[in-house]
Amino acid sequence: MTAHGPQTPHTVGSRPSRSALAVLGERALENLIRLSGVSAIFFVLAIFFFVFREAAPVLVSDSFSLKEFLFSVEWYPTSDVNVRYGILGLIVGTACVSGLAVLIAVPFSLGSAIFIAEFCGPRLREGLKVVIELLAAIPSVVWGFIGLTVMSRLIVAVTGAPVGVNVLNGGIILALMCVPIITSIAEDALKAVPDSYREAAQALGATKWQIVYRVLLPAAKNGLLAAVLLGVGRAVGETMAVLMATGHAVHIPRSLLDSVRTLTANIAAELGEASVNSEHYRVLFLTGVLLFLITFMINLTADLVVRGVRRER
Amino acid sequence: MSRHTSPVAAVLLIAGLSASLAALLLPAGCGAGKGAEPANATIQVKGSDTMVNVAQAWAEEYKKVEPGVEVEVSGGGSGVGIAALEKGTIDIANASRDMKTDEIEQAKRNTGKEPKEFIIGFDALAVYVNKDNPLNELSLDQLSQIFAEGGTITTWSRLGVSIPGVSDDTIVRVSRQSSSGTYEFFREHVLNRKDFKLGSRDMNGSKEVVELVGTTKTAVGYSGMGYATPSVKMLRLARKAGDPAVAPTVENTLNKSYPLARSLQVYTLGEPEGAVKKYVEWMLSKAGQKILQESGYVPIPHQN
Repeated sequence: MTAHGPQTPHTVGSRPSRSALAVLGERALENLIRLSGVSAIFFVLAIFFFVFREAAPVLVSDSFSLKEFLFSVEWYPTSDVNVRYGILGLIVGTACVSGLAVLIAVPFSLGSAIFIAEFCGPRLREGLKVVIELLAAIPSVVWGFIGLTVMSRLIVAVTGAPVGVNVLNGGIILALMCVPIITSIAEDALKAVPDSYREAAQALGATKWQIVYRVLLPAAKNGLLAAVLLGVGRAVGETMAVLMATGHAVHIPRSLLDSVRTLTANIAAELGEASVNSEHYRVLFLTGVLLFLITFMINLTADLVVRGVRRER
Repeated sequence: MSRHTSPVAAVLLIAGLSASLAALLLPAGCGAGKGAEPANATIQVKGSDTMVNVAQAWAEEYKKVEPGVEVEVSGGGSGVGIAALEKGTIDIANASRDMKTDEIEQAKRNTGKEPKEFIIGFDALAVYVNKDNPLNELSLDQLSQIFAEGGTITTWSRLGVSIPGVSDDTIVRVSRQSSSGTYEFFREHVLNRKDFKLGSRDMNGSKEVVELVGTTKTAVGYSGMGYATPSVKMLRLARKAGDPAVAPTVENTLNKSYPLARSLQVYTLGEPEGAVKKYVEWMLSKAGQKILQESGYVPIPHQN
């Protein structure tokens, strides 16, 4: 308790106990931390500004219509006779692949998070956590390679599809990439539920399953939702793996075994050749703005849902 | 505490940070500018995926010829290489199509130099089908009906072919991404500048096209003839229905009887100098052309 003295610099007695250098250093450190905090906002705004600045001129150009951009499937950016920029096929492609990935990934990862947090012994838990972290460390191009070679052959052999690189392939690969992220965050959320909850439930005679279902899942709702939405964000934004695993065909898929192209893959494949400041280049940046807005909406929904959950309590 | 002094500290901090950043960056920037000495130079090559095989083989071999010169090769497509040349970030652009006039203008505007073209070999653009496909020849018009927007051929039975062991005989079209020179060449010479049908599988490299055709019985795709593998078959092509169909061979490429023969070229900014000049000359030399031929392309008929 005697340590209180130096923390109030305006009392006369404490002044000589701290050198000017220490005070200055502390202020510098405080400001450095403040700067790092504020810089996140600054960088996000700056990125949005620069991406939008590259895209903006096309919005006012005569040959471009926003309606066609959003609602036409005809993507012919380099046509000799009739240039058309319609990205509906790409939007649907992104939605299909990430939707399928989330559908596959969520049950698996929540299941494994619950198992790791509640049901398994300490030794197995450590082993599983290491393996799952290792899974998260695999570069996306390696996942893409697995999709292109192993998975595509497997899909052809099992389903008899003509081409193995398709929505199903991309969805499975993306799900495999999302699982470690969702699992480790969900597991942290479950661990963060105070033990007193478990003890109270056990004292009331609840079974293990009842504890998980009735106590832990509602208590960790926010964290679990955050985990799932981070997974969704990863799925929507992932580029390299889907570029390699989805077959890269612009159209609206008729089945899970059809090839598609996603928004991200399209930017990656075409930005290199689009000459700077050409219309094609600007349209690709506009696609980037759209992606940005999509992820922003996902995060905003997450935020609102989490807040709603909080108010209910 | 000390809310009133924080702006000063922040300014100091930013100044300090930017000073150290500048200190880090400056020497690196200076060093990069001086790499032009012929003793140990780096030549940046980028562009055509069709040519990336031979470009890499050349770079490997050139290490033995001129150990001081490092040749760095990357692909991405003819369009990517030309775009990089326009910005002046590379020394040599590989292209399996000609540079367009607006691209030449753009390069002149950006760098003040006119791109110079060197034809370094020839290639036949082959049309591949799976080895189990009984089809042996097509006319350019049929090919256009398969690939072009509004084309009517969508199934193999329309071509009078039934592929053993498949239930769905829809033609799986394998194409290239739009930055590819092969894509543009095909569009110009087969589709007559019309657009491709949507829904083709657009592959990122010449090799990927052949691989996908090799694993898909109902696929048809186009790629350089150097990429042929045992699991695919190259079709003979006829200029018009009724004309004799010609196989993509070295001889037919050089005498222009094969309809999809094309030249392969490299572009430099202005007249090449120093190490780049030597490298271009070496590619055109007997040793360079031998490597080109070994990589599956057609060398320039000898002029000397």
